[in-house]
Amino acid sequence: MRLAGDFQGTPKGPGAKSMQALYAQLLVGLINGSFYALLSLGLAVIFGMLNIINFAHGALYMMGAFVAYFLLNLGGINYWWALLLAPIIVGIFGMILERTMLQWLTGLDHLYGLLLTFGIALIVQGVFQNYFGSSGLPYAIPDQLKGGMNLGFMFLPVYRGWVVIFSLIVCLATWFLIEKTQLGANLRAATENPTLVRAFGINVPRMITLTYGLGVGLAALAGVLSAPINQVRPLMGADLIIVVFAVVVIGGMGSIMGSIITGFALGVIEGLTKYFYPEASNTVVFVLMVLVLLVKPTGLTGRAA
Amino acid sequence: MTTLTDDTLPVTPRAIRDEMIVFVVMALLLAAVPFTGVYPFFVMQALCFALLACAFNLLVGYGGLLSFGHAMFLGTAGYCSAHALKVWALPPELGILVGIAAAFVLSLITGFISIRRQGIYFSMITLALSQLLYFIYLQAPFTHGEDGIQGIPQGRMFGIFDLSKPTVLYYVVLVGFLAGFLLIFRIINSPFGEVLKAIRENEPRAISLGYRTDQYKFLAFVLSGTLAGFAGALKVFVAQNASLTDVHWSMSGEVVLMTLVGGLGTIFGPVVGAFVIIAMQQYLAGFGQWVTVIQGSIFVVCVLTFRRGVIGEIAHYFRRSL
Repeated sequence: MRLAGDFQGTPKGPGAKSMQALYAQLLVGLINGSFYALLSLGLAVIFGMLNIINFAHGALYMMGAFVAYFLLNLGGINYWWALLLAPIIVGIFGMILERTMLQWLTGLDHLYGLLLTFGIALIVQGVFQNYFGSSGLPYAIPDQLKGGMNLGFMFLPVYRGWVVIFSLIVCLATWFLIEKTQLGANLRAATENPTLVRAFGINVPRMITLTYGLGVGLAALAGVLSAPINQVRPLMGADLIIVVFAVVVIGGMGSIMGSIITGFALGVIEGLTKYFYPEASNTVVFVLMVLVLLVKPTGLTGRAA
Repeated sequence: MTTLTDDTLPVTPRAIRDEMIVFVVMALLLAAVPFTGVYPFFVMQALCFALLACAFNLLVGYGGLLSFGHAMFLGTAGYCSAHALKVWALPPELGILVGIAAAFVLSLITGFISIRRQGIYFSMITLALSQLLYFIYLQAPFTHGEDGIQGIPQGRMFGIFDLSKPTVLYYVVLVGFLAGFLLIFRIINSPFGEVLKAIRENEPRAISLGYRTDQYKFLAFVLSGTLAGFAGALKVFVAQNASLTDVHWSMSGEVVLMTLVGGLGTIFGPVVGAFVIIAMQQYLAGFGQWVTVIQGSIFVVCVLTFRRGVIGEIAHYFRRSL
């Protein structure tokens, strides 16, 4: 999968140039890993509260990128505002979806959630494909993040470094919100036993809606971050979401930190594969999933489904 | 837990007799198609997808396992049959066997891996495995990547039936479909099928009764995958090509949609669903990507308001299992 655009320098032989290419692929891996982490984190949060696997996650990631594109080209609103507004707009869209459709699935088999969100993904992607075809729309890197830094051992494009660091911060903030705050404690309690939590006077349905909005907002944020790197395409999330599913199977959805670490780790492994054996870079995550299933069927964080 | 299917209907000998009557009517109607003005290519295509959907339904409707990667069996069997027919120049019957064998081997491997997890994890694993195969086929030389295998010779079945004649091909496809359908029908009504339903309803109880549920689910997976491969092999003769579309995740989604529209866990539902979806694609071909939007909308509407599907609703109304 060519998510974060291949670097020009393909490795040809030993020496300094080759090491540069290795670092470059590692950076690409870290960037893809950021997207895997943000998306699998959102999937895990949503799964915890709603008990559904959000197949629309990839489509909503794509919407995030498109909202940023619209904001810039129609409203003249820059990248920094888009980083804030796109997740909110897509998050509200997600909350409307939850209120109007997903909430009716409570008590039904989990699989219906998968089917419903798959349908939503098809609708959203189809609509965007109708108006924008399948080609990519350019989104410029903001002025403040243009250029690069020479780190001595490699040349680091500032924007790419920013994506990795910012994603990491957002992931850790989400982890903090859920694991360390009162709100997060309520959320985790409602995941375990919604009826009891409602009896304590906490509005669980509203919490579910907000949780879906949060998960979806994380996907949209990843979309905005990826817009300058991967261009804005209607199908940018379609293939990505399947890789993220494999990531989720490998890491399990039991732990927030597990999702973050697995996401980044798999991105890095994919980057390394691109350097050492590029033919397998598309498939390495799936092959790892198979290996993990054979060795430890419950996934790395070890909770049964 | 609320299951995917309508379980209020008892299976009695009477119901099986009804189902046989419906089957005979369906077979006669389909056999009459060449004498009507209906475009046979359309019906053949629908029959291949109907068999695929029936195979898929065996796994989801009776085993409770929602595979989101059934396109991998369709595509793998298609590629292998096509390769056998074109490059090895095998006769059609052996070409079909090669495709079925390939799907069988694939389902052994993928079943062994995916059956280790339940519920949505199972769906995600099958989806990921089919995507893995998609990328392998994209790069493998024998599939010819984006071009696919084109211009496959149809040949003579058993040296007698000239498959390049549309009517002959139609009846061969129809016989293949009916044979596959009857096999599935037999499986569902066998003791094995009963155990499968028991596992779907309450797995812990089935285990406590001494059933090795993993083995039953594995067998159901292999049967379903192999039969899906049969559909893929038949489709090669109809479409005369094998391409990446058949292994793509959107194909797996279409199979799910067909079965959902017709009725999960009903015997005739997948057939009806396949005809509805293929007809819709045929008539809406000029609308480009709106077809995707419409398919997505059907998913949403079916899940929210029409979970029993066409045949499921009819069966529920008449209190018969169909």
